[in-house]
Amino acid sequence: MAQTMPKRRLEKIGLSVTGACVALVTLVVVALILMVAGKGLSAFFKDGVNPLEFFAGTKWDLQNTNENGMPYVGALPLIVTSSAVMVLSTLLALPIAVGSAIFAVEIKPEFGRRVFQPMVELLVGIPSVVFGLIGFHVVVGFMKTVLGSPTGLGILPGSIVLAVMILPTITTFSIDALRAVPASYRQGSLALGCTRWQTIWHVVLHAAKSSLITATILGMTRAFGETLAVRMVIGGIEVMPTGLLDSASTITTTLTTSMAVYADGSPQSDILWSLGLLLMGMSLVFILIIHFVGRKGATERG
Amino acid sequence: MAETTETPAVGGPDIDPSITSASPSVVDPRADAAERERLRRRAVNQDKFATGVLTAIIGLVLLIVVAMVAYILIEGAYTLVQPGFLTERSRANGTAGGVAYQLFDSFYLLFLTLIISVPISLGGAIFMVEYAPNGPVKRIASTAVETLSSLPSIVVGMFGFLVFSVGFGWKYSIISGAVALTMFNIPILVRAIQQALEDVPQAQRDACLAMGLTRWEATVHVLVPSAMSAIVTGVVLSAGRVFGEAAALLFTSGMSSPVSLNFLSFGFTSPSSAWNIFRPGESLAVHIYKIYGEGSPEAQQIVWGTAALLMICVLIFNVVARLAGRALSRKVTGV
Repeated sequence: MAQTMPKRRLEKIGLSVTGACVALVTLVVVALILMVAGKGLSAFFKDGVNPLEFFAGTKWDLQNTNENGMPYVGALPLIVTSSAVMVLSTLLALPIAVGSAIFAVEIKPEFGRRVFQPMVELLVGIPSVVFGLIGFHVVVGFMKTVLGSPTGLGILPGSIVLAVMILPTITTFSIDALRAVPASYRQGSLALGCTRWQTIWHVVLHAAKSSLITATILGMTRAFGETLAVRMVIGGIEVMPTGLLDSASTITTTLTTSMAVYADGSPQSDILWSLGLLLMGMSLVFILIIHFVGRKGATERG
Repeated sequence: MAETTETPAVGGPDIDPSITSASPSVVDPRADAAERERLRRRAVNQDKFATGVLTAIIGLVLLIVVAMVAYILIEGAYTLVQPGFLTERSRANGTAGGVAYQLFDSFYLLFLTLIISVPISLGGAIFMVEYAPNGPVKRIASTAVETLSSLPSIVVGMFGFLVFSVGFGWKYSIISGAVALTMFNIPILVRAIQQALEDVPQAQRDACLAMGLTRWEATVHVLVPSAMSAIVTGVVLSAGRVFGEAAALLFTSGMSSPVSLNFLSFGFTSPSSAWNIFRPGESLAVHIYKIYGEGSPEAQQIVWGTAALLMICVLIFNVVARLAGRALSRKVTGV
């Protein structure tokens, strides 16, 4: 059939079939963004929630309503917890990820390719509920027995679990970033009499700076949006966190526990969509930052 | 650490110009021999220290990976070999019995997801690599894919809930879950296939076109076959990710399977038919999330058994991806 078809028609069919796939994906993404935005904004426009209260209010309680019949929608505790978990887990993961990437690229490249990278890929493949489960038993148990926390749940165990989860993301992208540094840079530095560490510290890391920043931001994006693993170790109590070992709740964990509870179209459901919009907005901002950093790196390289 | 003191203040983009003056190992003619020797030794010691620290870090990472996998497998091994764990359905809301239905639902969801997402991703990737000039279309499309990949899976799940479960009236169903997973899977797949196609040497593309093949013929008969091993590896690896995903499924395929499923009933609309795509379903990962907090020893055993089962499936996907990719590339290249 295909052989007898005129070539131009065949080409047109190929173009339109594959083009339709791209159009479909693009359309779905646009629809998703518009619908989440529409739903998320309806809390402010339809239900009359004050954005200031949403972003700065500290009382989050969807079950009880105030005198106006509205639930308490101060999302600041959730935003603070999400940000704290994201920053803390990145701080924990970053040195380990970049350090092991340096080892796998600069010190033992063969070992890095053959042993280390498959191991890291394995870590990527471990499902997030399994991370959560191990966190719930090992990390939370550690917090209880060693640090004497009553429940063992909270921001610190959440950050530790997340740090392990974003470790492969940052490591993989860092390895790519370091490999992209031309070998001539290293040779030049070594020929000047620099030691290997001096070469790594002053030359290689310097040259890979913008890609390493991108790797870090990708890790942060994942940390900010991760849901179930955090849900299992953070406690899920929507109050302003006062310490690293108090139960708290991130944006994602609140969505997990509350989303299916409230009917579509209720103020409670609308405000949860606002949280979803916030999550989506954050990940879009992260993408923008990555593009900006990438472009800056490209112009610096000339 | 001592080396921070000699970090150059402001550097150029690539190689720091101040390095020659900042680096202690560069010979300064005014320094006497002893001073030079001291600086040289310091640099060497720093190098050794840094290498030691990096080795310790990588050891830690390897330890974490191995310890995690071993911990899950050991904790779950006992349950996994219990008779009936893999073949019985769960009872008492998941806290007793086996995980047969969850295992089936996981694979069924994965199967449906791949059926939907592989053709779309393949088409999309082919368009972006072979057809789209480096123009606005490709930029828009790759931005869309990138956006989709960075969205938290819970947001994808919420969207799936809103559109498929509520909007299309599919309720909690396997098909809602599969479509949500598709959205989660497409960016991973598109990227893998795009990479695979880009790795095909440009000369092959040129040769095909020079012989008078259309782009479509070149793609179908030459480029996709020679990229096949990398594509298969990418698909199987993405399958591993899909298999363990739970957040996108909570609101789409639901958190429970029907009480009893009939695997022999091929009435695709019957609520008890295992193959009915409009019935609710629960994957292994969702099952873990559902019962991890149950205190009873039996439930805890089921949780660990399920985790071990999930882990083994993911390991198998990893190994299969590698083996299939290698076997296919051997077949294509004939080596």
